[in-house]
Amino acid sequence: MKKRVSARILSQREMENGIFDLWLNPMEPGFAEAVSPGQFVGVYTKDRSKLLPRPISICEVSGDRSSLRLVYRRGGTNTGTYSLSLLDGQTCGTVDILGPLGNGFPVEKGKGKKTLIIGGGIGIPPLVELSKRLEARNQIVIGYRDRTQTFLARDLEDHGKLFLATEDGSRGTKGNVVDAVRENQLGADIIYACGPMPMLRAVKALAAELKIPAYISLEEHMACGVGACLGCVVKTKEVHPHTNVNNARICTDGPVFEADQVEI
Amino acid sequence: MQIFLGESIAGQSAIGRGMDMNTQITIAGVDFKNPVMTASGTFGSGMEYADFVDLNKLGAVVTKGVASVPWPGNPVPRVAEVYGGMLNAIGLQNPGIDVFLQRDIPFLKQFDTKIIVNVCGKTVEDYVEVVERLGEEPAVSMLEINVSCPNVKEGAIAFGQKTEALYGITREVKRHAKQPVIMKLSPNVADIGEMARAAEAAGADALSMINTITGMKIDIHRRKFALANKTGGLSGPAIKPVAVRMIYQAAQAVKIPIIGMGGIADGEDAVEFLLAGASAVSVGAMNFVDPYTTEKVIRGIEEYLETYHIEDVRELIGAVR
Repeated sequence: MKKRVSARILSQREMENGIFDLWLNPMEPGFAEAVSPGQFVGVYTKDRSKLLPRPISICEVSGDRSSLRLVYRRGGTNTGTYSLSLLDGQTCGTVDILGPLGNGFPVEKGKGKKTLIIGGGIGIPPLVELSKRLEARNQIVIGYRDRTQTFLARDLEDHGKLFLATEDGSRGTKGNVVDAVRENQLGADIIYACGPMPMLRAVKALAAELKIPAYISLEEHMACGVGACLGCVVKTKEVHPHTNVNNARICTDGPVFEADQVEI
Repeated sequence: MQIFLGESIAGQSAIGRGMDMNTQITIAGVDFKNPVMTASGTFGSGMEYADFVDLNKLGAVVTKGVASVPWPGNPVPRVAEVYGGMLNAIGLQNPGIDVFLQRDIPFLKQFDTKIIVNVCGKTVEDYVEVVERLGEEPAVSMLEINVSCPNVKEGAIAFGQKTEALYGITREVKRHAKQPVIMKLSPNVADIGEMARAAEAAGADALSMINTITGMKIDIHRRKFALANKTGGLSGPAIKPVAVRMIYQAAQAVKIPIIGMGGIADGEDAVEFLLAGASAVSVGAMNFVDPYTTEKVIRGIEEYLETYHIEDVRELIGAVR
């Protein structure tokens, strides 16, 4: 069940320029254990002028299921209008989190299948826990701007065959993740993806072309994170049973949606 | 032997050792176990917050605005954070009165709290249709008429910024309403006292205020408006002093009770609103910040009463003049 809890900061370091790697130990039994890949938490900052919890995807759950890893970009424009650093580089003490929020990726649908796990930029973190949990033949395709930012590539390497794309071609395929899929002639039974909207649109088109299902994780500016404010909606193909209009709440009905069910 | 349960029973709270304290208030003949409600649009129909708070403890749940038919709302981004608060331009997305009556009311009826339904519309007829449908539902204690949403182009605020329009819609709603009517007023007016008097003269049973204050945010890096709607309603602690001032002014202007809201985060904030002249308070944007805020406000008011040895919360209403 969703809760606001305090979490001990076990460690925090800057992995790469502006990308932070934070390990938290929620002081609530069973909190981390209940997390499924693709879910997120709302993180409360110490800055009292910034009130809303920051929605941040869960990158990984520790082997003993006690702790959570969050990898986030400081001042990332896509995590909202949040311009300040999350915890000001804090490396100890506690922080409050709200969660676990949202519905994760359907892991069971990939069982025994050949998967394409596609990520771009700061959408890559939740794919770590996803690829870890999938009992499948994983092909992981991730895209970055250039070779100076390849965060989490090493982590993902352990959980599948890894393919890289960079915009400037300094590592892997020159271009985007879909270019990398084509260059390496990758086929699959199912796609899982998280990344910026243009990438997700391309992934949706790719899935339609390959005639395979794709599960994509969306993000939008959020306020409550629990489905009450209707701030973070995505247009849906069908009338959604909860909202009774062609809209679904990304925070609660998502953030993971089947690509052909949403208008992006 | 006496067993101390530590529970509030029908407004009789016993947190102090032996101190009898009344937290019950009455608005237009409707009794509330305490003066703490939820501001419309910030609490859904309670479902999303039932994971966090015991809805039985709330004075009332005021639902998200409901219209005669489903409304899809505005494009995204619909929310943006600003200093000490947030902007929203949801655009009154709602599932329509049919689904609301089939799903949301039965859900709320399970709890021992009062149900106030916020009503929105584009035309007077829209409002009247919803008001009449709700008249058939005895579980609904009061109606709150939204004439102050700044984020839709038709209806809503068009009725809330001119005294004649406000008077007209209040009259029409009152003619059809079976439950007492609360008019939710906009702060985006020159003279709040004049608006409050117009609603009272037309027969409103109570007022609620303030709705959000129209604002704007520009993303300087993208050189775009932060909200797709360009403007949005500002809420949160940033607007609290404006709300307190307006409630005070309205309370001086009218005799009908006022439900006060605008950035309430704790019991002390709530007491400030009561002292300014509100008979009850609603927690709004702070629900998004901390989903436990409503219960915290209730406890905070009780602590205040105990600290100052005040036996009845009603003694606070309008006590500062």
